[in-house]
Amino acid sequence: MTSQYDIAVIGGGNAALCAAMTAAEAGARVLILETAPKAYRGGNSRHTRNFRCMHSGPLGPLVEDYSEEEYFADLLKVTGGKTDEHLARLAIQTSQECLPWMEAHGVRFQPSLSGTLSLARTNAFFMGGGKGLVNAYYRTAEGLGVDVIYEAHVTHLELKGDRVTRVEYTHDGQDHRIEPKAVIVASGGFQADTDWLTRAWGKPAKNFLIRGTPYNRGVVLADLLAQGVSQVGDPTQCHAVAIDGRAPKFDGGIVTRLDCVPFSIVVNKHAERFYDEGEDVWPKRYAIWGRLVANQPDQVGYVIIDAKSLELFMPSVFPPLKADTLEDLAVQMDLPPDKLRATVEDFNSACGDTSSFHPTELDGVATHGIAPPKTNWARPITEPPFYGYSLRTGVTFTYLGLKVDENAQCSTANGPIRNLWAAGETMAGSILGQGYLAGFGMTIGTVFGRIAGREASNHVA
Amino acid sequence: MSLDLIQEARRQAEICNACRYCEGYCSVFPALHQERFFSDGNLTQLANLCHNCRGCYYACQYTAPHEFDLNLPKALAEVRRESWENHAWPAPVARVFQANGTLIAAACVLGFALLFLAMRAIGSAGGDGFYAALSHNAMVAIFAPAFLFPLVSLVLSLRRYWNTVGGEPVRLSHVTAAVGMVAKMKDLAAGHGDGCNFEEEDRFSQSRRYAHQLVMYGFLLCFAATSAGTALHYVFDLPAPYGIFSLPKLLGIPGGLMLAWGTAWMARLKLAADRDVGDPSAWGGEMGFVLLLFVVAVSGLALYVLGGTGMMPLLLALHLGAVLTFFLLTPFTKMAHGFYRLAALVRDAQRVQARGATAPTRAQQASARS
Repeated sequence: MTSQYDIAVIGGGNAALCAAMTAAEAGARVLILETAPKAYRGGNSRHTRNFRCMHSGPLGPLVEDYSEEEYFADLLKVTGGKTDEHLARLAIQTSQECLPWMEAHGVRFQPSLSGTLSLARTNAFFMGGGKGLVNAYYRTAEGLGVDVIYEAHVTHLELKGDRVTRVEYTHDGQDHRIEPKAVIVASGGFQADTDWLTRAWGKPAKNFLIRGTPYNRGVVLADLLAQGVSQVGDPTQCHAVAIDGRAPKFDGGIVTRLDCVPFSIVVNKHAERFYDEGEDVWPKRYAIWGRLVANQPDQVGYVIIDAKSLELFMPSVFPPLKADTLEDLAVQMDLPPDKLRATVEDFNSACGDTSSFHPTELDGVATHGIAPPKTNWARPITEPPFYGYSLRTGVTFTYLGLKVDENAQCSTANGPIRNLWAAGETMAGSILGQGYLAGFGMTIGTVFGRIAGREASNHVA
Repeated sequence: MSLDLIQEARRQAEICNACRYCEGYCSVFPALHQERFFSDGNLTQLANLCHNCRGCYYACQYTAPHEFDLNLPKALAEVRRESWENHAWPAPVARVFQANGTLIAAACVLGFALLFLAMRAIGSAGGDGFYAALSHNAMVAIFAPAFLFPLVSLVLSLRRYWNTVGGEPVRLSHVTAAVGMVAKMKDLAAGHGDGCNFEEEDRFSQSRRYAHQLVMYGFLLCFAATSAGTALHYVFDLPAPYGIFSLPKLLGIPGGLMLAWGTAWMARLKLAADRDVGDPSAWGGEMGFVLLLFVVAVSGLALYVLGGTGMMPLLLALHLGAVLTFFLLTPFTKMAHGFYRLAALVRDAQRVQARGATAPTRAQQASARS
C-alpha cells in the first residue's frame, strides 16, 4: 500500500509543527500523527514560555546583542561541558533566522517585561505562552494543507535495512498502517512512562511528579532503540526540579513552582534539615533541589517560613499551610512536632546579624556553627503565623534520545537511515548532556524541526 | 456578591497569578499580577477591566479537561454581570433585565404601545413634520424624565462601584488615559494588535473590535445628532424637520447606518462565539440589548426615508418607543457596561500612574523564569 502522504510526522509539539510546515511549504504532502486529543495537543510545548535566541542588534522583542560565543558559554555553564559543540553551535547560529520565521508563521511575542532586562536580551517570550504558539502553528499548518490526526497512537516504525518502510498506529480503536516516503519523529521523551522512569532511576521515581504532558511515554523512542537506532544521552537521568508537593501527577506546568526555599528552612519527614537552603538564588538551584528531594525518604521535603518572608516570592498556586505555632504547623504537615521545634530553634540560634538581609542578592547573611549551614538569607524563623509547603521532585524531561547528525538524520551502527529524521526533545540529548538553559528546548525544536522538514521534503521531492 | 461566583473567580485568579503567561494580552493581567490576595473589590475591578476578548482562554494550558478547569473570561463575565446588578440603582430592576432578552423585547413593545397611545390621546396640537403626529411638548414631557432618570441612576451606581473598587479622586490624566483606551478599544486588540479570539476559537480577528467600534461611534454620532437638534430647537429657535445638510442629519444618518451595521455584525458574531467562554446565563439579555439598539437604528433610518409617507406615524411610534426603552433601561442592561468599563479603566489608570516608575518587584523578576 502506498500512502497518500509523502511524510508522516510523529508528534504534535513545536518541533513536529516546524517540521510539518517546512515540508508542506516545500510541496510535500504531510500527515501529523498526534497521540494527544486536540485539547492536549502540543506536548510539552504547551507549557513553554520563551525562545532563546542569538542576535546582533535588536531583533523582534529582543534588545541589545546576544552573541554566539556568549550563548554557547551560557550553555556550557549549565551542562558542565557535556555538550555537542558542533550541533549546539548550529542551533545557536540558526536561532537568529528562526525568530522572524516564527513570526511569519503566526507566533506573536510580547514586549519585554519591565524588570526582566537580562532575559529581554536573551529570550523572546510568546504572547500567552507556548499554547498560543502551538495554536498559531496548527492554524498555519492546516492552512498549508497539513492533515492532523489526534489520538493517533503510533505503535511501530518498521525499519528494514536503511529505510523505514511502514508506520503503524491505532486510532479510534482501529489499527492503521501507512507507508510514507519519509518519517520525522518528534514525539518527545519518555518521562510520562512511570515504569520506564522507575527502571531507569529506581523505586523513588514512583513518587516523582511529571511537570508536563502525560502523553510523552516514549513508545516510538523505545521501538526505534529496540531496532538498533543509535541513541544518545544518559538513560538513567532526567531533568527534575523541586515543585509544590500538592501539584497534580501530570501537567501541573509552570504554576507548581515554589520560589520560597531561599527564605526558608527545608526539612525531611523526620524534621531534619539536609542542605544549604541559601546556597544561591533560586533559579540557579531549583534543579539541584529536585535531586535533593528525590534522595530524601518518601521523596518529599517540607519548607517552613514565617510571616516576614511570605511576600518575598512569587505567589504559589495553592495557598500555604498556616499555623500560629510551629507545633500546629508540624501536625498539619505530619512532621514530629518536638523535632521540628528543636530543628527551628537550632537554626535560629545559629543565625547572626541579619541587618544586611537583601532578598534579591546573595547577601551573605549566614548561619554559624550549624550543619548544614545556610549561607545567605539566614533569618531566624520566629514571627507567627508560620507557613509550610511540601516539596516534591517534578520531572521536566529525560535525556535519553535518538542520536542525530547536523541534518537531524537518524542512524544505526551501519550508517544513516535514509528516510528517518528526528527533532525536538526526542533528540535533544544529542546536544544537551545534562542541565538545562531556559528557552533552549524551543530553540532545539525549532531549528531541528525546520532542518528535519527540509531534509525530508528534499528526500521525497 | 454571590459567594460562589466571586470565590470561583478568586480561585482562578490565584492560579493565573502563579502562571503569568498572559501578561501581554490586556489590562486585566498587569492589574491582577499586582495583587497577592484578591478582595471582592479587586475581583470586581478585574471583572470590569475584562472585555471578554478570550485571548487568555485559548492560550491557557489549564482549561478543561485539565483539573484546574480555568475559564477566566467566563468567571469574570459572571462576576461582572453580578456587579452591574448589585451596583445598579435600583438593583432589582437590573436583576430583572441584565440577563433577560425577552423582557427587554417586551419593554420595547410596551414603549411602542405607549408612544402609539400618546399619539392617539395627545396628537399634534397643530405641529409640523413629526410634531404633526406628536406635539413637541408631549415628546419633551416623555423624554426629559426618561433621559434624566437613567443619568441619576448611573451616577448613583458608579459611585457605589467606585466605593467597591477603592477608587481615588479622579484627575484629568486618569480620564485621558482611560478614554484613549476606549477610543481605540485597545483591550479588544490583544497585546499584539491582532484582535480577539471570539467567533472562531483561537483565530485572532478584528471583527468584534470593528463591530464594537461601529456600534460605539455610531451611537455617539446619533447622540450628537439628537443633541444638535435640541440645541437648534432651543438655542437657535430652529425646530425640526431638518434638511439633509443640517447638523442633525449629517451626524444622524451616518451614525444610524454605523449603528445598524455594527449591531447586526455584533449579533452575528455572538451567534458564532462559544457561549460558555462568557456568561451563558446573560446571553439572552446581551442579545436582546444588541437587537434593541438595532431596532433604534433601523427605525430611525426608516423614519428618515419614509418620513414623508403615511407610514410616518407608525414608524415614529416604533422609533420613539425603542428609544424610550433604550434610555430607561440603560442602567439595567448591557448598555451599563460602557460606563462601568470606563470607570474601571479610569481606576486602572490610577493604578498604573501610582505605580509609575517604581522598581519592578521581585515577583515580576522571578516571573520571567520559564
